[in-house]
Amino acid sequence: MMDRKKTLAAIARHVTDADIVLPVYSTAFDWIDIRPNPLNYLSHGAMGLASSHALGLALGRPDKKVIVLDGDGSLLMNLGTLVSTAEAAPKNLFHFVCENGTYEANGGHPIPGRGAVSFAGMARSAGYKSVYEFSDLKIFEQQVGAILAEQGPVFVCLKIVSSGDQERDYSRLHGPHVRKAFKDALGAG
Amino acid sequence: MEMLASASAGVASRAVAGLSGESIIREIKASGIQFVISVPDITTSEGLLRPLAKLTDPGLIRICKEDEGVAICAGLSFTGKRGLLLIQQTGLLDSINAIRGNAVEYQLPICMMVGLLEKEVGVMPRQSKRYGVRIVEPILEAMGIDYHNVEEQGDVTKIRPAIDTAYADSKPVVLLIGQRPS
Repeated sequence: MMDRKKTLAAIARHVTDADIVLPVYSTAFDWIDIRPNPLNYLSHGAMGLASSHALGLALGRPDKKVIVLDGDGSLLMNLGTLVSTAEAAPKNLFHFVCENGTYEANGGHPIPGRGAVSFAGMARSAGYKSVYEFSDLKIFEQQVGAILAEQGPVFVCLKIVSSGDQERDYSRLHGPHVRKAFKDALGAG
Repeated sequence: MEMLASASAGVASRAVAGLSGESIIREIKASGIQFVISVPDITTSEGLLRPLAKLTDPGLIRICKEDEGVAICAGLSFTGKRGLLLIQQTGLLDSINAIRGNAVEYQLPICMMVGLLEKEVGVMPRQSKRYGVRIVEPILEAMGIDYHNVEEQGDVTKIRPAIDTAYADSKPVVLLIGQRPS
C-alpha cells in the first residue's frame, strides 16, 4: 500500500501547469496543497461524477491533458463512466483511482466488495486498452512519467492508505470562486 | 403537417400539428451545439437520435446513464463548446441530484432535451393521466429550472433562444419533447 500524499506527489512531479486535474474528496484536500493551481477542477458535485466532468473537459479541450484523481467509492457510484469513456476514447484523458477500500469522506465505512473488486479488471473489461495497478510506491514513481506520456484513455488503480487527518473546508472545492478561477485560467490558455 | 389529437378518455386534449425531427436538428445545429450526449429515449429515438447518429457535427456521445451526461455537459461548458443532453424524463428524474448540484447550484448552462414517455399527444404534461409525466413540470419549477414545451411544429422556434439564454445567463434549461418527431 502507498501513502496517498507521497503517491500524489509522484504524480504532481509529472503534471505541468497547463494540465487540468480533477481530484476527488479526500484526495482533493491533499492535492490542492501539493499542486495549488487554478486548473485544478474541484467542483464536480457528488456521487462519483468527476470522471464524467473530465470526459466533457477532454472532449472540449483535446489540446489539454485531463487527469482525474478519483476515489474507489466514487467510481462505484458511476461505473458506467468506464464504458462511456472507453467508447468516446479521448486521447488526452487519464483516470487514476485511489483505492483505499473505504468511503473515507463519509465516515470511513468499507466500500462494498472491499478487497474483492478489481477496478483495473473492470476498466479493462470496459474497453480501456491501457490499464495499470500499483501498490508499491517505488515502482509507481518509476513508471508514472511514462504512463502520463501515453495516449489516453489510460486507467490507473493506486492501492493507497490515507496520510492522516485532514481539515476539510468544502468551500475550497465547491465555492463559486473556485469555478471562476478555473474558467478564467482555462480561457486564458 | 398532419393534425393529431389524443383519444384518451377523460383527458382534455387539443389538436396539434406534428413535429419535424429534421427541423429540430436544424435548430440544434443553429444553436451551436457541438456535442449531443444521449441515453436513448423512445419518444425521440427515430426522429432525432437515429438521424443525429449519422452526423459528425454535432458529435454524438453515447453514455450509460443520464447523470453522466449532466456532468459531461458541465465539463464541456467550461471549454466554450456547447453540449445538449438528449434523454427521457425517467432519466431526468433519476438525475435530479446531479442536476441540483452541477446545473442549479453551480449555475452552469446544462441544456437538456427530454422526451416525455407516454405523454398523450395534445395534452399538456401537467394534465397527463400519467403520473410520471404530470410531475415533471412541478419538479422543474420546484428546482427553479426554466423549461419549454416542444410539442408541435410552431414550438421548434423556442429551441435556439432557450439554449442561447441558458449560455448567456449560465443556467440550465429543459426542452420537453411532447410527441414523437417524424
